[in-house]
Amino acid sequence: MKKIINNPDQIVDEMLNGLVFAYDSLVERIPETTVVHRKADKNGKVGLVSGGGSGHEPSHAGFVGKGMLSAAVAGQVFTSPTPDQVLEGIKASDEGAGVFLVIKNYTGDVMNFEMAQDMADLEDIEVETIVVDDDIAVEDSTFTAGKRGIAGTVLVHKILGAAAEEGKSLQEIKEITDQLIPNIKSIGVALSPATNPEVGSPGFELEEDEIEFGVGIHGEPGYRREKLQPSKDLAKELVDKLKSEFEWSENEEYAVLVNGMGATPLMEQFVFMNDVKKLLVDEEKLSLPFRKVGDYMTSIDMEGLSLTLVKLEDKKWLDYLNAPVKTISW
Amino acid sequence: MTKVDKVSLWIEKFGEKITENKEHLNSLDTAIGDGDHGSNLTRGATAVKEQAEGADYENLSDLFKDVGMTLVSKVGGASGPLYGSAFIEMAKKARETEDIGEILSAGLEGIQKRGKADTGEKTMVDEWAPVIEHVQNDSLTEEVITEILQKTKDMKATKGRASYLGDRSIGHIDPGAQSSAYLFEALLEAGVLDE
Repeated sequence: MKKIINNPDQIVDEMLNGLVFAYDSLVERIPETTVVHRKADKNGKVGLVSGGGSGHEPSHAGFVGKGMLSAAVAGQVFTSPTPDQVLEGIKASDEGAGVFLVIKNYTGDVMNFEMAQDMADLEDIEVETIVVDDDIAVEDSTFTAGKRGIAGTVLVHKILGAAAEEGKSLQEIKEITDQLIPNIKSIGVALSPATNPEVGSPGFELEEDEIEFGVGIHGEPGYRREKLQPSKDLAKELVDKLKSEFEWSENEEYAVLVNGMGATPLMEQFVFMNDVKKLLVDEEKLSLPFRKVGDYMTSIDMEGLSLTLVKLEDKKWLDYLNAPVKTISW
Repeated sequence: MTKVDKVSLWIEKFGEKITENKEHLNSLDTAIGDGDHGSNLTRGATAVKEQAEGADYENLSDLFKDVGMTLVSKVGGASGPLYGSAFIEMAKKARETEDIGEILSAGLEGIQKRGKADTGEKTMVDEWAPVIEHVQNDSLTEEVITEILQKTKDMKATKGRASYLGDRSIGHIDPGAQSSAYLFEALLEAGVLDE
């Protein structure tokens, strides 16, 4: 393992300190916690809180700021934060209109966040939650009952963050989410595994010329291994999977996110986006009014990427995606 | 010994058993989970022990509440909220009654609410539910606890992180049921059930 670290046990603490020092005009760390909170005037709107295990940077602290998350709660690498930490994030984000929690679908995350919701209830803070499960690769996984939550979560942050900023109530945000979640689907491909610094060795093994479709952001098994192939063939596989889920027809509008897994250069991500464009726009005749490329939901140093599509069933979602934010990484 | 003293001893013995059997719990969890159940619970047990030193509880509720909150904040993963919810619900029930059967039933409800699990799904619920029946019938013995634990071996996991293994989970004792078995062995040894 070759990494720029000190003590693996201190990696989350040191990372958070570095992050808030670098961007102290945007965010602050709540003392004695792993909560990164935005520096913005409190204006009585709904607070939006997310978080999860570390190792997915810039998720989630990179999306804290005006127009997006109120706070992000970091756990140890690939480990959910504990309820007391999530509660601190909820308390810091409550401006009197309640707090909305965005949870990725992992058993530990769901339990710890829901427990924090119960604890907040005891403190008279109204909390609603949504569990994001956008990864269509597999049902039931190493850390998940049902489908996993991956890069689509960042788009949920963006849409809900804009809705909250617009002044939507907790109930209205819940309604948006219930409609939105079934319209967000993602799928990924890995070229090489991630190495968790707290473990020291790669989470799984792939041959030099081998790839795996559907790998999770913690290295959970995907659905098929094959020999490495050109970008256009990888794009075809992922697009076909999404097509069979959405069953789209021509001229439908979608938002698209090509997300790097941590160690895939932007050069390759743009090549892949070009292939996605050929398939979705030129062949499938879809309209893609919102497009984004980059590292948003990573898996430490995994090589690979994921493709997320949002069917823009409600025109308002596109406005929310395009609304201005002040965050580190959007 | 007062009831509070006995329950304090119960918690202490539970922590000792977890710590002594850390590697065993880890190895059970490696087979059907991510291998850290023993390490996580030991971290919690150590924190509970530190907290108990110097603490002097007047009632069961305060004791259970502190144990629950400590487990919630220190254990993490899925077992932190599950054991934490159990002890927090036990704390609530202990305000109304000192009956251990009733208190444990409330704890089980807490686990089931948090984990959304029922019996027969190869989880800690499969240790708690039958053990509680024996507590209520005054028939709990060490043999009974072990017998109940062994039954989880043949179950197929449909909840929890072992569920993705499906049939491959059969033949392994559930780590959560094993740690729960230590909890109930400690309960017997501490004499909480002796009148």
